[in-house]
Parts: sequence; C-alpha cells; structure tokens
Amino acid sequence: MSILVNKNTRVVVQGITGKEGSFHATQCKAYGTKVVAGVTPGKAGQEVEGIPVFNTVADAVKKTECDTSLIFVPPPFCADAILEAADAGVKLIICITEGIPVNDMVKVKRALRGRDVRLVGPNCPGVITVDEAKIGIMPGFIHKKGVVGVVSRSGTLTYEAVHQLSTLGLGETTCVGIGGDPVNGTGFVDVLPLFEKDPETQAIVMIGEIGGDAEEKAAEFIKKNVKKPVISFIAGITAPPGRRMGHAGAIISGGKGTAAEKMKTLEAAGVKVVKNPAEIGAAVKQALGR
Amino acid sequence: MNVHEFQAKSLFAQFGVPVPRGKEITSPEDATAWANELNTPVFVVKAQIHAGGRGKAGGVKITKDKGAVAGFAKELIGKTLVTHQTGPKGRQVHRLLMEEGANIAKELYLSILVDRDTGWPVFIASTEGGMEIEEVAEKTPEKIIKELIDPAVGFQGYNGRNVAFALGLNTIEPAVMNPFIQMMGNLYRLFMEKHAAMVEINPLIITKEKTIVALDGKVSFDDNALFKHADVQQMRDLNEEEPLEIEAGANNLNYVKLDGNIGCMVNGAGLAMATMDVIKLAGSEPANFLDVGGGATKETVAAGFRILLKDPNVKGIFINIFGGIVRCERIAHGVIEAAKEVKITVPLVVRLQGTNAEEGRKLLAESGLKLDVADDLWEAAQKIVKLTGKAA
Repeated sequence: MSILVNKNTRVVVQGITGKEGSFHATQCKAYGTKVVAGVTPGKAGQEVEGIPVFNTVADAVKKTECDTSLIFVPPPFCADAILEAADAGVKLIICITEGIPVNDMVKVKRALRGRDVRLVGPNCPGVITVDEAKIGIMPGFIHKKGVVGVVSRSGTLTYEAVHQLSTLGLGETTCVGIGGDPVNGTGFVDVLPLFEKDPETQAIVMIGEIGGDAEEKAAEFIKKNVKKPVISFIAGITAPPGRRMGHAGAIISGGKGTAAEKMKTLEAAGVKVVKNPAEIGAAVKQALGR
Repeated sequence: MNVHEFQAKSLFAQFGVPVPRGKEITSPEDATAWANELNTPVFVVKAQIHAGGRGKAGGVKITKDKGAVAGFAKELIGKTLVTHQTGPKGRQVHRLLMEEGANIAKELYLSILVDRDTGWPVFIASTEGGMEIEEVAEKTPEKIIKELIDPAVGFQGYNGRNVAFALGLNTIEPAVMNPFIQMMGNLYRLFMEKHAAMVEINPLIITKEKTIVALDGKVSFDDNALFKHADVQQMRDLNEEEPLEIEAGANNLNYVKLDGNIGCMVNGAGLAMATMDVIKLAGSEPANFLDVGGGATKETVAAGFRILLKDPNVKGIFINIFGGIVRCERIAHGVIEAAKEVKITVPLVVRLQGTNAEEGRKLLAESGLKLDVADDLWEAAQKIVKLTGKAA
C-alpha cells in the first residue's frame, strides 16, 4: 500500500518537450513510473524517449487513459495548464513549476473547488511512492522502501530527511512535497489522514517552515485524528520577520507564522518536534522503538 | 516588491480611490513651486522610505506657512530616518511627497491581501485607524473585521455593505457609506489587476467635509507577476534595497543579508533555512540566507562566493549542497574553479550529499584548496562554527 500514487498510476507530462519536462519525464520513466503521454501544443506526433506527445491533455486522456498529470509548464502559462488537466478529467495534478503569480493560483484553487480532482503543489518536488512511481524531480536513488510517510513544504530539505531515514534503515512509503507557495492545492491536513489510514505507514515525518498557519492547522488535526507517531521539523527559527526566505510562502508577517510558535503548537498536539534538522531520522527511529 | 507612498497613491488615483492632492518632490525649489500650485491652507511634507513609523522619527512635517516648505524639504532630503522598521542603521531619504492637509473627523483601517487558509482575497478593516494593525489584532481582536471575496465573481456590493455596517459607518457618517463601498470595489480591482500582494490604507479617513480619503497608502506587489506589469517595474527604487541583494538578484541567486558571521551557500530554500538554523544550534549566527537554486553551476557558485565575501561580517563560509538533479561533482568543480577566481581568505567547510557526493568530496580533497569536507550536516555545522569562533 501507499498513498496518492502507485505502480498503476498513468502519467501525462505537460510541457514534455521543454528542457525540464523532457529530462524529468525520462528520469521518471527510468524509475519505473508509467509515463504514458506528454503534452505540448502543436507538437502532437512527436515522441520523447518513446513517450507519445499530444496537442491537448484531452487527447492524451482519450488515447492513453492517463489519470495523473505532472506539470513543467512555465509560470505565465501554468494556471491555464492546471485547469486544462482538470477539465480533461485527470484526477491528480502534480505541479512542479515555481513562480506562478499568487492571484493566478487564487483563481485556480477556486475553480477546482468541489471537483473530483486533487492538486499537489505548485512549487514542489512532486510525489514518490518508493519502488513504484516517482512523479516529480526528486532523486529516486536516495529513497528506500520502508515504513515512514513524509510530507513537506520544502524540496532539498525533504531529500535531507529521506536520506537520514534511508541511511538508518527505516525507509519510506510515500513522500509528498506540498510546495512552498502561499496558495497551493494539497495541504498537510489533506495528506495526514491518508498516511494515518495507510497500513504500511508506521510513522509520519512532517517538514514545515515559517509563514502561514498550515502547521497550526495540522497540529489541530493530529491532536484529534492521528494515532501514529508524527515527527516534525520547522525550518526558519533564525529567519527575520518581514523577509521572504526564498519560497513565496516563507515569510513571517505581523509577528505570525514564526517557527517557535509552530513548534510550540505542534508539541502541544503530541508531535515530536526536533530542533536540529540532522536529527530527524534518529527521532523517528526512537519513536518507532527501533 | 514594495513601492513608495506617492507611487501607491498615484495607483489609488488611477483606480478611483480618493487621495489628497499631492506630488513627488526631490528638491526645495520643487517644494516651493508645488506649494504655490497646491494653494491649500495646510501643507504636508512626507519623507518617502520603504518603512513605517516615519512620523515618530520626524519624517513628516505639517505647516500652514507656504514659505516653510522649502526649509522642510531641505531638512528631510538626505536625512537618515531611524524607525522601528528600518533597523538601527536607518534609511536615507531621497524623495518626498508633498500634499494638501486634511480635516480628519475619524480614522479607519482598511487593507486587502490573500487569506492563506481559504486562498481567497480578504479585506481587513477596523475602526482603529492610525494604529499598528498587529497591535489591534492582539489587544482587541473583536475590532478586526474580515470579509472574504469570492474570486470567481469578484467584489460584490454585499461585501462592501458587510464591512461598512460592521464598521458602523451608518452611524459614524452615513454620507460616506456608498463612496466607501464603491472605493472597496476599486481597491479590489487594483489588487487583482496589478497583482498586488497587499494594499493597505492606514489611516483611511472620514473628513469633516464628509468625504472619504486615503491619507496613507502602502502597496506591495507579487514578484512572480512583475513580468506582466511594466509600469509597476518602473516604480522599483534600488536605494531602498540592500546592494548585495541587488547583485544576487542579477545573478539569479536568492539572497537575504543577516547579521551573523557565517556565510552560507545552499541549494533549495527549505534546506537553506535549515542550514541557518543548524549554525545557530551549533553556537553561532548565520550571515545570510543564500539559495543557489536547482541549477547551480560554476558561475552561480562563483557569484555566490563574491557576494558572501563582500559582506565584511563573514568570517567563515559553509557550503551545504544536497545533490538531487544538481550533481555534487559539478558543484565541486564549481567550488574549485570559483576559488581560483575569487580569493577566499576565510575558513571554508563544504558538505556534499546526494547524487555523486563521494566523487565531489574526492575532487575537493585532491584540489589542494584549503577547505574542510564533511558528509553529515551536524558535523559540518560544528566544524565551521569551531573554525570561525563563536558569535560575540
């Protein structure tokens, strides 16, 4: 078992003929992911590493029965691409693109409301179910099949945590990057119940950062609904207020969204919060009594 | 991106949000000429810097004497203002806004931004105008009014009525009810069309003449949407930005200057923040946030070094790369090449992990460069802190 994606997931890559799109489509396929289609308007009939390219997502769905989209379309055209995928009947949309205007995402999120489709991202590394499907830009080889579910707002910091889990022999089930933008599709509170229900996942690592109140919402949810151990790290205890730390969402504004506040709230909800990012793996090991 | 008050107000005027008659002034002569044209009983001269608290710092002058404005302009231009938002170094004034005074009957607060929880734009309003809104929210949360706007249909009249009645405008001054509601609609249009990150009017005043006027204005824009708005890009004022941050931006690096003494260079924003945090845990303070991004090359590493070394506080450098798509041996080559071009005079610890990490570490070890190589994050942080000495 796993969450969101598995070996049967059929992927269409939007923006597949671009530099990023073709490189990562190839990498995902090499990992074993069923990448069945690509989309670039005007390039139907071409192939990228044996993956057929279509003009529209609707065509790709009709011809290949793809159910999940991976998006590498540049920011100015990305809102359009997400909505196209949703309209074509794709059930899971994973958007890697960084730099989409917030007000574009405001409209996209509103348009997806109430529809049978899940958006992960944007500005995220994607989703990987170890040894089954890698749908994103994360390096596959650092992952080892195991028992820990990972959900994170960050990219390379997730790799750091995964590396520790793999090195300690704990391994991962599924890793979900929810992205660093202020308005995104899937949040911590959407992923946590999936991990709680997944029989293979024995512990959950949640990596947050400064800004917003997604971690506080997660704490509230965990307190009521999560029985499995949750281990958390929040990046940005040294970040100054009012400055955007790389991610558009990583900003402390009006004294809200500080790392210290988030850590306190999570601890009060029974989450094991580690202050040192080098100790995430060790804390999970301890929580699992191994 | 932030803009000045006079720029915010010119946008307000463009979108039908009432503002005092005013103009940007950059010299005492300008001030006198504009004062003659304004011909008003009260003149207001306001220093333009990207920070709040200007009034308390002496950056706002009010006079009834037309002859005095040139003197105020002379005093303010070139002056360094220290406010609670500028830090102890303060900010030098280069530009002024001179406008007509207003007869204030009541001060209100109004802003619009995106509510992260719902992903919808939200108006925030309060009868406590002229105060810090964070303070109002903390001490008297019942005085904060929030109104979400459905982005599918945009601002509706009822949104305006909800806010206007909640503020009690119907009893404070019924004559401004409709102008206020109309102004909110205009503000929403400005916010969405110009891709603002936040628009704040504090205070928004009701005048004794029963009109509504934006007496102050603050607008910040979504950097990701600037490509759509050439007019907004032109409002950028480099005087208001940290020179090293401008240089970093020109090299596609994401850099924020801080006050510590360990410079760090990292790939990815989350890991960059975590690296800063781990430096603090090891007993020192980071000198900066620097994310070299997913496509780090020899050139970006070299640019990163140059920027870090220009900060006189930097007493040591910590490079932390988790290779994913970025391959560690390429980073190692970048470090070696860059170290040849840029003379590195401070201790350097390089931690490589992930794709081809071992190969990268070997290259560095054999390069003859004076540096320490580490493979574990905590070990690396302790090393650089030990080499630079603890923060004072």
